[in-house]
Amino acid sequence: MAGPDWNPFRRILALPNESRLKTVFVAFLVSVVCAALVSGATVVLRPIQAANRAAEEQARIAALVNGIPGMAQLLEQSGGALSTVVIDLEKGRAAQDVTPANLEAALSDPDNWTQLEPGQDIAGLGQRPDFVQIYLLRDTDKVSLALLPLSGQGYGGRIDAILALRGDMNTFAGLAVTQHSETPGLGGRIEEASWQAGFPGTELRDDSGELRFRVARGPSSGVHEVDGITGATRTGRGVTQMVRFWLGPDGYGPLIAAISRGEF
Amino acid sequence: MAERLNFWSTLTDPLIRQNPVTLQILGICSALAVTTTLATALTMSVSLTVVLTMAAGLVSMIRRHIPDTIRLIVQIVIVASLVIVIDQILQAYFAEISRALSVYVGLITTNCLVLGQTEAYARHHAPLPAMVDAFGNGLGYSFVLIVIGSLRELFGKGELFGAQILPLAESGGWFTPLSLMLLAPSAFFLLGLLVWTIRSFKPEQAEAREHTPPLYVEPAE
Repeated sequence: MAGPDWNPFRRILALPNESRLKTVFVAFLVSVVCAALVSGATVVLRPIQAANRAAEEQARIAALVNGIPGMAQLLEQSGGALSTVVIDLEKGRAAQDVTPANLEAALSDPDNWTQLEPGQDIAGLGQRPDFVQIYLLRDTDKVSLALLPLSGQGYGGRIDAILALRGDMNTFAGLAVTQHSETPGLGGRIEEASWQAGFPGTELRDDSGELRFRVARGPSSGVHEVDGITGATRTGRGVTQMVRFWLGPDGYGPLIAAISRGEF
Repeated sequence: MAERLNFWSTLTDPLIRQNPVTLQILGICSALAVTTTLATALTMSVSLTVVLTMAAGLVSMIRRHIPDTIRLIVQIVIVASLVIVIDQILQAYFAEISRALSVYVGLITTNCLVLGQTEAYARHHAPLPAMVDAFGNGLGYSFVLIVIGSLRELFGKGELFGAQILPLAESGGWFTPLSLMLLAPSAFFLLGLLVWTIRSFKPEQAEAREHTPPLYVEPAE
């Protein structure tokens, strides 16, 4: 520090502690030093923290994927990693300014939800978010697997699930029920792997492109059905409606069309 | 030589004889909250000891220039900045444990142990003794946290540092976990027992009775 600078500094420090100038000066000095310390630590450590958060997110998806029967081998075969994309449901493409990090904030804004007309609302949701976070698995540059979160009204409450669709966007690769409140032993059996095992290979649409998937009443009779659970007709219907709503025009329809056109 | 002896007693006094948690009952809120496992207890102990020592050093360094009117806020600002730095470091390098500790690292700022230390000791002593004393107090706090943390993890889960020590009954062993140990009340019980144990070995720590029970109770008419 230069000589002339040193003097006023000394002079202020030499003032009695109770003087107003020194009080303000000490307060200012302490805050400047502390602010520099805090900002420095935050800036230096931010990249490491961001990497940590991303790793945590990835681990959660991995746990989910491994929960879907046959999914672990599929990942191993393709050797790829899942990528996380927030999509704009209406436009059927990746959202412009919503990222997985600020998705939660965006969804707390009611403007980002669409009210559903009773006619559209076959899954009993009332309203639907405009942005959804999905996971894609790419094989070279084509989408080979899409993990789509679904939710809908079951018999006892909301059912949340993740549906895995193969690259043709028509064949299911699996389903994982992440949350439900169906009757234990009846509808509650949708969380059992033995029931979910009916999904892989089931097809969504027929040749004319109409949504044909449904949960059968009783054993399935065709490639578009999975077995129903005895005594859980309404849960089965809930799952059917949920899948039909989300894969239909008001759900992932535009996205599925875009992926089929090879735009993803 | 006398100087060194003095340092030694400054350092070791707060371990048992003047332990801030068991004698002064300071800082027990976090001591109860973070002791469900040994790993969180240890992380919290290290964080608090580091913050305490550094805050004492810093406050003591500028002790002659802290105006009396704003001394508390100056101390709090210094402590809070150190806590934020520690919290950021934990989030960066120990993300898992940082999540388990949640808000309690941030609450070190308001831990009465830290403010009490800077206010009562560091403000009147040179940096080195102040830091030694703060470090000793940190160790005393750590000692209590580690004892309670290891007891709770051992009897609550049969584990220490996540490694199975007592074979669980459900996997063919003999030990049935006491789930009460993982709940907050057990920390109160254990802390109470610890205080009782220390005070029965060191009766001079026991506080004087606030009132004496009457010797003779008049029979009801």
